[in-house]
Order: sequence, then C-alpha cells, then structure tokens
Amino acid sequence: MTTLADNAPAINPIYSRRRRTNIIVRGLCIAAALFGVTWLALILFTLFWNGLTGLSLQVFTEMTPPPGSTTGGLLNAIVGSLLMTVIGVGIGAPLGMLAGTFMAEYGRHERLTSVVRFINDILLSAPSIIIGLFIYGAVVVPMGSFSAIAGALALAVIVIPVVVRTTEDMLLLVPNPLREAASALGLPRSLVIRRIAYRAARAGIITGILLGTARVAGETAPLLFTALSNQFWSLDLTKTMANLPVTINNFVQSPYEYWKQLAWAGALIITLAVLALNIGARILGAERTSK
Amino acid sequence: MNNLNVSVDLPQAPVGSLASVPAGPPKITVRDLNFYYGQSKALKSINLTLGLNRVTAFIGPSGCGKSTLLRIFNRMYDLYPGQRAEGQVLLDKSNILDPKLDLNLLRARVGMVFQKPTPFPMTIYENIAFGVRLYEKISKSEMDDRVEKALRGGALWEEVKDKLNASGLSLSGGQQQRLCIARTVAVRPEVILFDEPCSALDPISTAKIEELISELKEDYTIAIVTHNMQQAARVSDETAFMYLGELVEFDSTSKIFTSPSDRRTQDYITGRFG
Repeated sequence: MTTLADNAPAINPIYSRRRRTNIIVRGLCIAAALFGVTWLALILFTLFWNGLTGLSLQVFTEMTPPPGSTTGGLLNAIVGSLLMTVIGVGIGAPLGMLAGTFMAEYGRHERLTSVVRFINDILLSAPSIIIGLFIYGAVVVPMGSFSAIAGALALAVIVIPVVVRTTEDMLLLVPNPLREAASALGLPRSLVIRRIAYRAARAGIITGILLGTARVAGETAPLLFTALSNQFWSLDLTKTMANLPVTINNFVQSPYEYWKQLAWAGALIITLAVLALNIGARILGAERTSK
Repeated sequence: MNNLNVSVDLPQAPVGSLASVPAGPPKITVRDLNFYYGQSKALKSINLTLGLNRVTAFIGPSGCGKSTLLRIFNRMYDLYPGQRAEGQVLLDKSNILDPKLDLNLLRARVGMVFQKPTPFPMTIYENIAFGVRLYEKISKSEMDDRVEKALRGGALWEEVKDKLNASGLSLSGGQQQRLCIARTVAVRPEVILFDEPCSALDPISTAKIEELISELKEDYTIAIVTHNMQQAARVSDETAFMYLGELVEFDSTSKIFTSPSDRRTQDYITGRFG
C-alpha cells in the first residue's frame, strides 16, 4: 500500500522542488548552528583543559605571586573582583531600577522617557573601554591615582543601562488592570508600584540585575583604566586593587609558566561564576513564565 | 412611541428628572456630566441617580460610554493624562469631581471589580488583608476574622479555607473574580462598581457572581456595566441604556425590558442592533 506522502513527490514537481529546497535550507541551518557551537565548545574545552590543571586550593588561599615564583594564588584578585562587582552593582542596580521605574510608571507618557530610553540604548551598546576612559577622566585624574572605587564606578556605569532596560520592560509587562485594581482599593501610586507592580515584575527585575552582574564580572577594559591592578592584598578603595580580568590579562602575556597557569585558572573561575549567574537568571525566568 | 416626550410635559417629570427614577434616597447623583478623551467627547450631558442599596445596570453597544461613566464614579480615569470630566457627580453630598478630593479615600469608599479577574501576585489571605491594612491597624486574629468574613461575602470561603496561603493566581477564573469581589468588600466601601464582571467567565461562575450581587445589594449601592441584557434584567433594579455617549433612557429595569419609551432602547433590547 502506498500512502499519499509516498506518492506526492513523484507526481507533483512543485511539491518535490519545495521538498528539495526544504532539505537544503534545513541542512544549511544545522551546519551554521554546528559551526557556532563548535567554536564555543572548543573554547570551553580549552578553558577547562588548561584551567583545571591550574586550579588548586592555593589559588583561593594565596596572593598573586611575584615574577618567577612557582607558588601563589589569586586570592587578592578574586576578592578584589568580588568587591568591585558588588559595589558596582550596588550602585548601578538601584539607580537603574529607579530610572526604569520612572520610565514605566510615572513618566510613561512623557517625552523625557523616550529621550532617556534612546540614550540608555546607546549606553547599553557603548564599548566598555570608552566607559573606562570616561571614568579615568572623571574620577582617576581628579583623584590623582587609580583606585578600586573608580573601578567600581566604571562597572556601575555598565550595569545601569542593563538594569534600566530590564526594569522598564518588566514593569511594562505588568498588566494595567492590575494597577487599576490596586488603585481602585485606594492605594496611593507609590504603593501600587512598590507592593503590586514590583511584586509582579520581581523575577524579571532580579534576572536583569543578575545578567548585569554577569556582564561586568568579566569586564577588563574599564578596570585597566581605573582600578588598574595590585600584586598585594588591599581592601583600600582609594588605592589600586587586584582583580581577576586585569590579572589574567597581565599573567597570560608573561613568559612565566606558572603565571600562565594561574591566568587559565582565573579565566575558568570567571566563566563558572558567569555561568552560575546565567543559570540563576534562567531559573528565575522560568519561574516567571510558569505563572 | 415617543413616550419620553409626552412624559416631559407632565408636571411631576420635568426635563432632567430622568435622574429621579429610583425610589428611596440617592447615593450617587450625576448632573450634566460631560467627559472627554483628549478632544473627543465621550459622554454628553449625563443626568441620573443611583439609589442607595440598589443595583443599577448600564447597557448599550460597545463604545457607548457605559464603562467610561462607571470609571468616573471612582475617578479611575485620573490615572491617564488627557482624560477629563465636567459637571457634577455627587457621592452623598460631596462632588467627587472636585480636583482637591483625596482620590485614595474616594476609592476606599467606591470599590471596583474589573472585567478580567485581577488577583494580586500574593497569597489568597494577603489579597484580602492587603487592602484592609491600608486603612486599619488590626491584630492578627481580627484580621483572620476579617479575611474569613470577606471570603464568605465573596462566596469563596468554603472553596479556599484550606489553602489560604496558596497564591491567588492558582485559583480558577471564576474563583479569582470572587476573590476580587471579596477583596473589594473587605475594605468596606459604600458603593461597588462592576465593569463587565462576568464577561470572562463560564455560565456557572456567572450565576454565582450574579447571586452574590443580589446579596451584596443589602449592604452596598451597586453599579454594573454589562453586555449581557439577560444579566441586567436578572440582577438590577434600574437600568440605563446608553448610546453614542448619551443616556437614552433610564428607568426601572422592568419598564426598560417590557415597555421602553425610546425606539432605540427597544431596538437594542430586541437585538435589532448593537
């Protein structure tokens, strides 16, 4: 017995041509996807291959070593990165949330909002090295020295547009009837936003902040011009501070084998941290859509 | 036909006293109300009275202004720029169109239930307690009582008493709508506005809500906008028929549905247009 599908190509030239085209296009799509994923897989494989050999307990317990040394770790760089990222997100996220809240709630119908949104989109795609140079000119030069706080500020400037965008988008997704229902109970506007709109958009806004954090965790360029780096342990925000990206950048270009090994380990640590943040954001996102 | 014009000549029913239909004391009195969306006029010289503890239904084809009128009673339109009302709307003796009026206090007195159920993203218990806490500071046990009473008032208690800590969003559409009614009742308003409360619900849920509206009439003044004429006939004491931003006819529900004065009302309720 022959079915319609068995017959069709043979008897209908238009259909058989369409089928050939479909096979070719599908093949090209799969090839393109494989091409992209292959490089990503190679990068990750190389990173894990080299990073895992360098990864040991002393990476997390010892300071960055002087040239030529064969012991030492990345403790000061890890702590410095954490500190600057936390301060940067701590400054950038609230500012971004406030701006996004203004745009989605209070200023939804105002011209200022579309101007801010336009500028924010430019800032969102600005090369991070430009932001580093801006902070260099605005903070480092007046202060007279490179400093951790300048680094944190540069990271904050990168976080702000990400959080502005997600906060606005997520608040705009909150259905208006929900706001009307809250207003109809006699809630003042500020409470409608804080207790109802934020609550409904919470998972999305947190996702945005996590993605912003992931974005700055690996930034090198803005820190090169601001926090620089520091070979020693320092928690002084007004002095240079060690951080993973710049340390990797310095170590990987050195002739010392041990430094190179540490650079790989550092790269692996950043990648895993970013991966964890992204997975966290994914989980929160899934929670949001399931409601 | 043209009974309306005839009745204008009678001494006890002068022009504008379309407003005086309901027996008993008035709760909301609308006088010469005009409403604008930007430049376009959506309501034209509306006059009518909502009687205390009575159910007033607003019917008419889409775009006739019935929801617009309802949203004036709690100044909901104030949330949006470019919308404005002119004239007088008296809640008891005070004009709610007064720009100096405290909108939050007004909305605590005039509650509203919307077309789509809008439970807040929190537990069933919190959905009720949330509104109460805005205006009253009461103990946990008093709040428990209050939540139970409100959920009973919303005919939902039996269905949710064992899962008060579940999300309000986990309920079915009809249950969500009754939760919204319970939430509105919990803050003890004087007037409840229903904006097509059953249009997103199945017939069984609709019947429950209609039953509820009849019970709520004991304690509240109710205004309901509906596309469903049978619903208006079932639940209301007075009915207003609106068309193209005008109040065409306002009378007792039985009169509107059995012997309307205006040709347009008759055409609409018999399904000839709209």
